[in-house]
Amino acid sequence: MIKYQAAPYPFATHRIILALIFLIIFYFIVTELRWDWLPKYLPKLWQGLWVSLAMLFSTVILGFLLALPLGLVQVTGPRYLGRLAAGFCTMIRGTPLLLQLWLIYYGLGSVMAQFPELRDTWMWPYLRQAWPYAVLALTLSFAGYEGEVMRGAFAGVPRGELEAGRALGMSPTILFRRIWLPRAISRALPTLMGEVILQLKSTPLVATVTVIDLYAVITRIRQDTFITYEPLLLLAAIYMILTGLLTLLFKWYERRVPSMGV
Amino acid sequence: MQWLSDLANWSLLSLHPPGWGGVLLKGFAASITIALGAYTVGLLIGLWGAWNKLFGGELTRDLWGLYTTTIRAVPELVLILMLYFAGTDLVNTVLKHWGYEPIDINGFVAGVLVIGIVQGAYATEVLRGAILAIPRGQLEAAVAFGMGKWCILRRIILPAMLPFALPGLANLWLVVTKDTALLAVVGFSELTQVTRQAAGATKAYFLFYLAAGCLYLSLTLISTWLIKKLERWANRGRAQ
Amino acid sequence: MKSLSRYFLIASALFIFQTAQAASLKVGFAPEPYPPFAVPDASGQWSGWEIDMIHAVCKEAKLECELAPTAWDGLIPALESGKIDMIMGAMSITDERKKVIDFSDKYYNTPGMVVSAKGMAVPATPEGMKGKIIGVVGGTTHADYVKKHFGEVVSEIKEYQTQDEVNADLAAGRIDATQADALAMDGFLKSDTGKNCCQSNGAVPNDDAILGAGIGVGLRKTDTELKGKINAAIKAMRDNGSYSELAKKYFDFDIYGN
Repeated sequence: MIKYQAAPYPFATHRIILALIFLIIFYFIVTELRWDWLPKYLPKLWQGLWVSLAMLFSTVILGFLLALPLGLVQVTGPRYLGRLAAGFCTMIRGTPLLLQLWLIYYGLGSVMAQFPELRDTWMWPYLRQAWPYAVLALTLSFAGYEGEVMRGAFAGVPRGELEAGRALGMSPTILFRRIWLPRAISRALPTLMGEVILQLKSTPLVATVTVIDLYAVITRIRQDTFITYEPLLLLAAIYMILTGLLTLLFKWYERRVPSMGV
Repeated sequence: MQWLSDLANWSLLSLHPPGWGGVLLKGFAASITIALGAYTVGLLIGLWGAWNKLFGGELTRDLWGLYTTTIRAVPELVLILMLYFAGTDLVNTVLKHWGYEPIDINGFVAGVLVIGIVQGAYATEVLRGAILAIPRGQLEAAVAFGMGKWCILRRIILPAMLPFALPGLANLWLVVTKDTALLAVVGFSELTQVTRQAAGATKAYFLFYLAAGCLYLSLTLISTWLIKKLERWANRGRAQ
Repeated sequence: MKSLSRYFLIASALFIFQTAQAASLKVGFAPEPYPPFAVPDASGQWSGWEIDMIHAVCKEAKLECELAPTAWDGLIPALESGKIDMIMGAMSITDERKKVIDFSDKYYNTPGMVVSAKGMAVPATPEGMKGKIIGVVGGTTHADYVKKHFGEVVSEIKEYQTQDEVNADLAAGRIDATQADALAMDGFLKSDTGKNCCQSNGAVPNDDAILGAGIGVGLRKTDTELKGKINAAIKAMRDNGSYSELAKKYFDFDIYGN
């Protein structure tokens, strides 16, 4: 019969059986598959994990800071800046991140090849490495998606709240800092949290431009040992744990700030 | 200013050799075909999953929950690597177990299925939300009239949930067109992969990656335009 | 609900079976510009010495083959999972690889070579490599070689997916040198980009344990019958002169080695 079902009791019989089945599967994965490589690569895996997390948090913060003006000018104008910002968001959201990353890394690289004099400047130690390009690509991508969200958030703050602030004699700067910005951010937070998890799942792409993140370490293990699936299983498990931790963190925060998203 | 003249060397993009335009367009067509296939697979899985997650038994619901949670927690790139190779292996092991001949799953089908399975997890959630948004009375009325499951699905659920599902489904379509680019990492000849080959062969990295970007962007813009029309049609007769 | 799931199963089964093709052997190679071995052209076709060899060996062995471009780091997994049936993609016969797959006899040989930025000599010695940034393609014998012999002294080893991306970064100055197949690097050094940016530092000292004993056709361990056919075909081509005729189109020396 068609009927909406109630959520099952957390310790329903079938769940206990399911958990047992998964324990057995887990036991076989641990004992039957090959994990002898794990101790040897553990230090590298830690380093890779650290790089992945650094990529995630730095680009989320930088991307968000860039998203604020991108969203704001689309609401306040001037018109031509708003158009420019909207165009940027469309471009980022309309093309694959992998392509953007390769355009930035190899495209700029092919231009750099024509200017050997760059190699004598102070920028060269940074231009040489891969991580600045990866950070740039991931930041622009996050800003593109989040800029669109912030536009909606800025536009959606009720006019009455802004007018109340103005009536109290707040200057435009104070009004922005005390009312408009915090209200817009709190409106955007639920979406922002979803985007952070999407960003986490985008970080492995940086391995294709020689940044040694967690995914790159796993690739090296696969190439060194010729073991195909076990390292990938471990990688999937690590990402599941990371996603789970982030989700828990967001849930905890959501409970602390009940007005979020309103 | 060698790089500027490289960038302006449009003849590299000409549709006939020695221009690479034809190859890029072929790759673009492959990308779109895969996206269409994967989207269809994803929608079918999503419909099936949403139905089961809402109306299924306790075990069914938990299993579907497991599928959507797992898939959405792991990077697409990792899933594609795992399923692209392991998936083929698995299908053939199962077939062998049942006494069938192993079949030859080509790269295209593997790509469609892999991205389809990933899409399915997201589509399940979108459609579940959309069905939940249908006023309950409509479903109860349908049941009261003695409609069967299929009849309710076709006459009530599908048309009634469409306006609620469209924004999410539209977004998924835009995501799937970009997810096909990840197949470049396993060497499948879609747009990003052939662009990489063209760029590597001619060393005009900037030009080709920009050209491919324009193709993807045009697909997104045309899709967005069509989606807007579709939304207007689905919302006809509804207060805006 | 049962009928919906049954419909779905039938639909997906039809979808898969429809695309199943006649049993021609899939020959995997890395889909990247790797002159003169495998080069994509602007009409989407592949050409080069290795591609010619694929067709020639299959013809000699009376096998029906089709090209199956597969990313370099996916070749061995693809072979093991049955996605492809042979690897003919400049893959050296090494003991490490032999633990997981089988190889035919060698069908050519290429030494390793170090190529560096112009004006910066990077000889293949621990002293020469000291403090340098070296680029290699991940999962190649050259990557293993650099790690084993120079891993302690170099400043960094960067791993790429394809050699043309290593070359691009060498031209951009992001890496100081690369080690790769000498025959492929010869072609790069003769190209416009290569001429301007880079110089050869000669062949690397041999280390058979890592660099292996020539390039062979990668096969599944269970496909012994196929291995016999391929070996016979390579031998026949060596004997009847078609091998050297083909090689002459690309190389002015004996690519088979000793």
